[in-house]
Amino acid sequence: MTSRTNGTIYRRPSQNSFTKLWRKNSNKIIRPLVAIVVFLVIWQLLCPPGSKGLPGPIQVFNDTFNPYIINPFFDNGGNDKGLGLQIIASLKRVAIGFSLSAIVGIFVGIVVGANKFLYEAVDPIFQVLRTIPPLAWLPIALAAINQNEPSAIFVIFITSIWPIIINTMVGVQQLPQDYRNVARVLQLSGKDYFLNILFPATVPYIFTGLRIGIGLSWLAIVAAEMLVGGVGIGFFIWDAYNNSQISQLILALIYVGIVGLLLDRLVAYIASIAVPAEQK
Amino acid sequence: MQTSNTAKIQLKEPINREPFLVIDRVSKTYPTPNGLYPVLENVNFTVYEGEFVCVIGHSGCGKSTLLNMVSGFNKPTEGEVRLRGNLITKPGPDRMMVFQNYALLPWKTAYENVYLAVKTAFPNKSKAEKHEIVEEHLAMVGLTEAAHKRPHQLSGGMKQRVAIARALAIRPEILILDEPFGALDAITKEELQEELLSIWREHRTTVLMITHDIDEALFLADRLVMMTNGPAANIGEVMDIPFSRPRDRAQIMEDPQYYELRNYALDFLFRRFAHVE
Repeated sequence: MTSRTNGTIYRRPSQNSFTKLWRKNSNKIIRPLVAIVVFLVIWQLLCPPGSKGLPGPIQVFNDTFNPYIINPFFDNGGNDKGLGLQIIASLKRVAIGFSLSAIVGIFVGIVVGANKFLYEAVDPIFQVLRTIPPLAWLPIALAAINQNEPSAIFVIFITSIWPIIINTMVGVQQLPQDYRNVARVLQLSGKDYFLNILFPATVPYIFTGLRIGIGLSWLAIVAAEMLVGGVGIGFFIWDAYNNSQISQLILALIYVGIVGLLLDRLVAYIASIAVPAEQK
Repeated sequence: MQTSNTAKIQLKEPINREPFLVIDRVSKTYPTPNGLYPVLENVNFTVYEGEFVCVIGHSGCGKSTLLNMVSGFNKPTEGEVRLRGNLITKPGPDRMMVFQNYALLPWKTAYENVYLAVKTAFPNKSKAEKHEIVEEHLAMVGLTEAAHKRPHQLSGGMKQRVAIARALAIRPEILILDEPFGALDAITKEELQEELLSIWREHRTTVLMITHDIDEALFLADRLVMMTNGPAANIGEVMDIPFSRPRDRAQIMEDPQYYELRNYALDFLFRRFAHVE
């Protein structure tokens, strides 16, 4: 912020970083806030108090303020837990299932991507399997494993693995010829080729796959938990519906959306650190 | 070419006349849907140790194909390419390439790009020795300051300097450059040509370089190989470039023989073997 007087530039006393951030991003903050307020008003108008349909935002807030909003970590035993604990339970399942699918998916993607024969053999199978909706895997998982918890994790695994495999495969196949030529003229060993060329070149593609995968995991976990039960945000939603606690259900949906967004941003943030600027 | 003007021209340093790189009756045909397409037919050429040879020709004349058979990325359909009598069958660090688009690894710094090559070429050297080689070659191309920058932070000229440092750091028998300065602006290009020349003078590496630029070839090379057009391209003529070394660009440009040679090459490329689209 500068102002000119008699050709001299005066600088205002330096502002703290918060005000600078605000000045820079105020539009990005104000505009969504306005949109949210407008949305809440429309919602409130469509669902006035006393009507038979869904509760309006004010009623949702009143119904869930105590304990669901102010105390996300209460624990009354059984399934009667705060939303924070419910979400953590779901995140744990996602963490296990997604980690497994990341490890297996990257490995399979690199092996299949680097091997034309294998690629031609299995790619059609992957293309069929990846179109199967997450929940369609649940019965077969239950039939095979016979336990709820591992079945839910299996659904996460099988849902998120296809984009990871497919993007990793594409990354390996898109390896620029120049880099291959460098490896050939230097006669790099297999290990050096993998560590210095193939894997780093594939990292941006892997992260694309991981980002799609984590989104799908979160989609799948909510649905899977509805069916397998236990502690978890998915079953919480189903339970709230069965008990006609529509306000709790709506609050849970908002939380699910926010957590999904945070997961996506987390992977994007890790990618922004891991991927060199020239490759983006 | 007649070399009538001898006043400024000294005899070249004697070089080892044992054949160094031999391109022996080399032909290359590619299969196409319409049958075999001959790119090169019966090419014969010998490069001697320590020579700087440029290859010029219109696009599609097979000069890249020829270069790729020396580097080993490509095999001749007939005939053979030998380096010190050894048949070339695959790429190797003894024939290090400098690629037109640099081919640096973007996730590695300039230092790391050179280090990877040094590490692979000299697996038995100690870490300190390898470090020294890398530093020495980065200094040689004036990149000590930028050693820890990644390629995207470097200009085109600096990237190509890294590529040259990487290529020379592993002490290749022959340095192969595929239009190395083609993507650079005129000023950077001239700077790099002069650097390459002074490096070449010190290292005495044999150099084989493709170019599109007659002035570049006349400034750099001992001999200029002029290719005829494809299909079935061949070496049309080989021009000796007799300017004394070390060469000075301004001085060469004043030499009337420079224009004689230049016009001769232009005549070859744009009249006798004009490119027919």
